[in-house]
Amino acid sequence: MSQELIRLTNLVMEFDGERVLDSINLYINDKEFLTLLGPSGCGKTTTLRVIGGFLTPTSGDVLFDGKRMNEVPAYKRKINTVFQRYALFPHLDVYDNIAFGLRIAKLDEKEIDERVTEMLEIVSLKGFENRKVTSLSGGQQQRVAIARALVNRPKVLLLDEPLGALDLRLRKDMQNELKRIQQAMGITFIYVTHDQEEALTMSDTIVVMDKGKIQQIGKPEDIYNEPKNAFVADFIGESNILDGVMLEDYKVKFFGRTFACVDKGFEKNEPVDVVIRPEDIDIVEADAGHLCGTVTSVTFKGVHYDTIVDFKGFKWLIQTTDFCPEGSYIGIRLNPEDIHIMHKSEYSGMFGDYSSYSAEYDEIADAEGSEDEA
Amino acid sequence: MRRINRIFTVIVFFFLYIPMIILAVASFNKGTDIAVFQGFTFNQYKELFRDSNLLRLLGNSLIIAVISSAVATVLGTVASVGIHSMRGRMRSAVMGLTNIPMTNPDIVTGVSLALLFAFVGVLLRINSVLGFWTLLIAHITFSLPYIILNVMPKLSQMDPDLKEAALDLGCTPVQAFFKVILHEIMPGIISGALMAFTMSLDDFVISYFVTGSGFVTLPVEIYSYTKKPIQPKVYAMFTLIFVTILLLMVAMNLLQARDTSKKLRRKEASR
Amino acid sequence: MKRKWLSGPYVLWMVLFTLIPLGVVFYYALTDSMTGEFTLSNLAHIADYWPIFLRSIWLSIIATLICLLIGYPVAYFIAHCKPSTQRLLQMMIMLPMCISFLLRTLAWVALLEDTGIINNFLTSIGLNPLPLIRNNGAVILGMVYNYLPYMILPLFTVLMKIDPRLIEAAEDLGCNSRQVFSRVILPLSVPGIVSGITMVFVPAVSTFYISQKLGSPGTILIGDVIESQFKAAYNPNLGAALSLVLMVLIFVCVGVMNRFTNDEEESMVTL
Repeated sequence: MSQELIRLTNLVMEFDGERVLDSINLYINDKEFLTLLGPSGCGKTTTLRVIGGFLTPTSGDVLFDGKRMNEVPAYKRKINTVFQRYALFPHLDVYDNIAFGLRIAKLDEKEIDERVTEMLEIVSLKGFENRKVTSLSGGQQQRVAIARALVNRPKVLLLDEPLGALDLRLRKDMQNELKRIQQAMGITFIYVTHDQEEALTMSDTIVVMDKGKIQQIGKPEDIYNEPKNAFVADFIGESNILDGVMLEDYKVKFFGRTFACVDKGFEKNEPVDVVIRPEDIDIVEADAGHLCGTVTSVTFKGVHYDTIVDFKGFKWLIQTTDFCPEGSYIGIRLNPEDIHIMHKSEYSGMFGDYSSYSAEYDEIADAEGSEDEA
Repeated sequence: MRRINRIFTVIVFFFLYIPMIILAVASFNKGTDIAVFQGFTFNQYKELFRDSNLLRLLGNSLIIAVISSAVATVLGTVASVGIHSMRGRMRSAVMGLTNIPMTNPDIVTGVSLALLFAFVGVLLRINSVLGFWTLLIAHITFSLPYIILNVMPKLSQMDPDLKEAALDLGCTPVQAFFKVILHEIMPGIISGALMAFTMSLDDFVISYFVTGSGFVTLPVEIYSYTKKPIQPKVYAMFTLIFVTILLLMVAMNLLQARDTSKKLRRKEASR
Repeated sequence: MKRKWLSGPYVLWMVLFTLIPLGVVFYYALTDSMTGEFTLSNLAHIADYWPIFLRSIWLSIIATLICLLIGYPVAYFIAHCKPSTQRLLQMMIMLPMCISFLLRTLAWVALLEDTGIINNFLTSIGLNPLPLIRNNGAVILGMVYNYLPYMILPLFTVLMKIDPRLIEAAEDLGCNSRQVFSRVILPLSVPGIVSGITMVFVPAVSTFYISQKLGSPGTILIGDVIESQFKAAYNPNLGAALSLVLMVLIFVCVGVMNRFTNDEEESMVTL
């Protein structure tokens, strides 16, 4: 699990003088499920294409097993790709699409047949051998694309937003299926997505990217619980982000009050960003709370209510199962482990304020994210 | 409104076909005057197949059309792939070059090539270079843009991932072209080749300026009939050509119609 | 990146056989036919041919406008047929183009001649024959007949591509059918109109056969003059000068036409 397979060092990519990737440093272990996560234009697809051999980096190195691979063309790499819009060959049927790579490698037809049949079983497409790929549904095309890549037994499989074109239900099924296939085949998956939920569900390691830079690398839990800056905190889940001052270890001051927290290692009186996840906030009677505010809007979300509360003009999002009617005056309590402290960054002040809250916030974020990356 | 338009369209189509009707009727005419029908006969057709000269001219036209469209198709398809990978000023320069024979009137293209060949003739001290080769060069030249303009859109419509998928699965760039890209752009290549073929077969103006006495195509020969009365077997020949092309087109249309209805049915079945 | 060199042979070919020939046209236009020395006298001679230039342009403009007026409703009608009918009608428009235009023009002569089909019919029912041929009207008719398909096809292509939802959107926003046409369909078909006009005007203004057969000696066009410089009078230098002026004229006309379309359409033309 821990043997290093791919390493990117100081990777820089420029198109027409525009810096798309800015000193990317990353190593990927064997048999790891690694996800590059970020909004459109963050450089995640470019990173994937550099690993796949479709782009040569402007500077920096791509190493496989310690060997420099910068100039090795795609067709000489033991890597295969599942493309965003599948890129199935429309003139070939399902079987011939999957057999394509094996035929290029000039395997004998008997072995090709065995491997294709085996692959068809793995992706549950037995009986579809002679179907035209254009006659398949999106989910079926997706499976063919995966089979076509995996049948070559690559050491690494690259997946570029492979589930982006599927509807929600199918996407969930395919997430489980992909994870199952990855574990069954025991190979490295490098997965690109803008969908944080997908990333959290499937990955061993998540790489959060924005503006051509890596913002944070870590396990899904760590990324969610201990975001490094306001961008990560906002992009992964929902966050209330406040200005605060770290008085000393385990003591942070915001909204004119001092709170106990579990963070340390900051300078004395260092200005910081304070992250409070909306689901961690407990609503109590007004007089029993650390802070008191007025509910300005409530939206039913199924599992919980999205409740917006106005604290001295700063609006927080609270996700709670308790219904508090609009206009009611409530208090909240914060436990030390619910408060997460981050250093100030270029993203400070850009995220985490719900003053312009609308019930469609996540849909809007989705629509932006699903635009094709250049 | 649509009724009026329908009637109007029918009239326009009739207008387009008036000469075909006149030629077809004339091909069965006993007399030699195209304007006076003197009785029905198949004699013109019999005459036609006895006239080795006319058949030879038709053969010349076909040879030029086949060779020129084949050469132009290969050269143009390869060039399209190259142009497709170009960007910015270089691409517009090459496309501008492609558009020269398209926007230049045929007579200017013909005259300019004739002058070029005359110029080369003077340089090489050859009396007349005009003949098969000059005709072939001219036909390839005016055919090339048709290939480019038909293949380029197919290349840009093609999902660029397809080529990368082929490379990803181990194809060299050359293999990727023959195994994937070629299939994708084939409809463009075929329609371009067909256009080049018919343009070449039908061309008179350019051929007229670049052909010598040694090698003459059918349209050029017909032009020389303006000085002498036209032989009715020529009508028979063109009636036959017309019917052949008509049958080919109907067959193609039926095939295509069957193809699309099959596709439609399959689409519905997969739903 | 090396892929762009694939177009090398093509570019070389086009430079050799379109760019250099145009250079040779320049060379001949600016040299004396006897001595081969530099001279402007060929260009000076062109002044004698101004009336012919003007007549060519005038007749072609009329023919082009008639083509547009006839072609637009027909293209509109075809664009609103079901796809299989569309294909059929499109083929039927192209089909007459497969027959040599020389012969089709001869068929018109047979129809319009003083002793032709129409006049024979008129005299047989006791009417006076009409002067149908050897006038400007006959030349325009010949042009319209020959180049009408070049107007219909680009118009059809553009009209067919108009998204029917745009028309629904316009209706939804309160347009009646006339407003839908004038505010949505017509503006969207401008690129087709421009390319149709170019495709008819350019060959019409440079034609040299139609006027010989359907016109009178008094109505010769500039194409006839150029042809005679090469084939009869044998003064290629004057012919080159005339071609040069014709080319520049067309270049200017097409340039003016293209100013009516914005960059978006231009990219469509160069595709």
